Amino acid sequence: MATSTDTYAVPGVGAGLLDVYRRRYLLKLIVRKELRVRYRGSVLGLAWSYVKPLVQYVVLFFALGIVLRVGDQIPNYALYMFSGVIVINFFSEAFSNATRSIVSNAALVKKIYLPRELFPVASVWVAAVHFLPQLVVLLAAALLTGWHPDVLQLIGAALGFVIVAVTATGLGLLAGAINVFFRDAENIVDMLMMIVTWTSPVLYDWTMIRRLAPEWVLVIYQLNPITVAVELFHWAFWYPTVNRPVELPPHLMWTGLLGLGMAALFLIIGQLVFRRLEGHFAQEV
Amino acid sequence: MGAAVIVKDLKKTFNLRHSHSLKETLVWLVKGRKGDLTKRFDALHDVSFEIQPGETVALLGFNGSGKSTLLKLISGVILPDKGTVRTKGRVAGLIEVGAGFHPDLSGRENVFLNAAILGMTEQEINEKFEEIVAFSEIEQFIDTEVKFYSSGMFLRLAFAVAVHTQPDIFLVDEILAVGDEPFQRKCLAKIKQLSDEGRTLVVVSHDLDMISRICDRGVVLSSGTVQFEGPADQAVAWLRERN
Repeated sequence: MATSTDTYAVPGVGAGLLDVYRRRYLLKLIVRKELRVRYRGSVLGLAWSYVKPLVQYVVLFFALGIVLRVGDQIPNYALYMFSGVIVINFFSEAFSNATRSIVSNAALVKKIYLPRELFPVASVWVAAVHFLPQLVVLLAAALLTGWHPDVLQLIGAALGFVIVAVTATGLGLLAGAINVFFRDAENIVDMLMMIVTWTSPVLYDWTMIRRLAPEWVLVIYQLNPITVAVELFHWAFWYPTVNRPVELPPHLMWTGLLGLGMAALFLIIGQLVFRRLEGHFAQEV
Repeated sequence: MGAAVIVKDLKKTFNLRHSHSLKETLVWLVKGRKGDLTKRFDALHDVSFEIQPGETVALLGFNGSGKSTLLKLISGVILPDKGTVRTKGRVAGLIEVGAGFHPDLSGRENVFLNAAILGMTEQEINEKFEEIVAFSEIEQFIDTEVKFYSSGMFLRLAFAVAVHTQPDIFLVDEILAVGDEPFQRKCLAKIKQLSDEGRTLVVVSHDLDMISRICDRGVVLSSGTVQFEGPADQAVAWLRERN
């Protein structure tokens, strides 16, 4: 009897992120579940994600801009800072939740086979949903200060968003997989999130790094995909509102593509490590 | 037509101690990986058998014999250390009723989520939704959050979702102990119906009477190896002799 062996499947071995795409309906339901659970029993619900960035913006505006006068060298400092802050917020929520995602879905991981990449990817989606209100606050602030971007700058912003999403997915896959075996990973990630605000030009501008550090440090500094995304956001949302000459980092679109390359590299590494470790998730988590 | 499930020379080993700190592991690595970091335990070894399409097969054995491990290997939740498992068609594993149910979501949302987890498409779920709810008999509570359900209601809904996923291979772990007697009868009838439709069923249960009633064949496991394989009533008798 001729048995067509090609129809046989190996249980528990999937196609990784490709499977996440194939089961995007399930992804959608998981994202919706996360959002529902997050705001259960709260009256304001998702509106909280508008209130929080608004408060954050106002606080930073008064504390840093008016009281500490940090922004005297940077025109329209509040907008400068906030366009970077929302990038960092998006990245750190996506990355740290993705890191915890496998462990916090242990009940499912142990009992039913499904592409486990779903969980980190869903975390990034949830963070993207929370990013939207922050973007609205940013746009409102930008429009109030005379924002008039060109098309290229808007493309730059979209590119920045993609860079952060891909980087967070890649690093989230990596750290999420390691976290199953060593819960130290989530603490390390929390620590990194404290640092990441300062390794990118969020509260200061890049010329300060150029002034202080040697050339090669600046190159490494600018290779950081988060830095690239922050600068792209500055270019898109802050730069068009500025009416005195300021110096942007050179070749922003090219560094943007380089940042995308770095992000893709993180994604590949994350996926490879995830696949190596995935086989042991159910018994170790 | 070949077998629906092929299990060959399967071996699965578990670590007995899981919690290591990074420190412990680093020390172990620095010392040149001397000694085993963990003790190991063979949950299964040299397990081979085949299940034909349309068959209803029981995995039997006492606690700790490796039945659930085997079921998890077939479902793909865990991977074998040695040997191979091959399956043909869509597999739905019901390793535990209601895994994947979230207490803060309503019954309706949980039906959609759980059905999608078990591999149904959006269209299939929409088509089957009414049927699932009718089977569970909890229509009036379907929009209530699951955390307010009684355990019986919870199990009914979870089971209803699972039996409507229409897998080619259906893995069932000790779930027939759900609900009151009328509901149990309904579940058994549904299982029979699935098997009559030509679906393959792999059942783990300690209810030996039920197994000899609904299963064609039994595979008896003990200490991680296959001790007996044959018609379900003989397998049950074999196990009872050693009781």
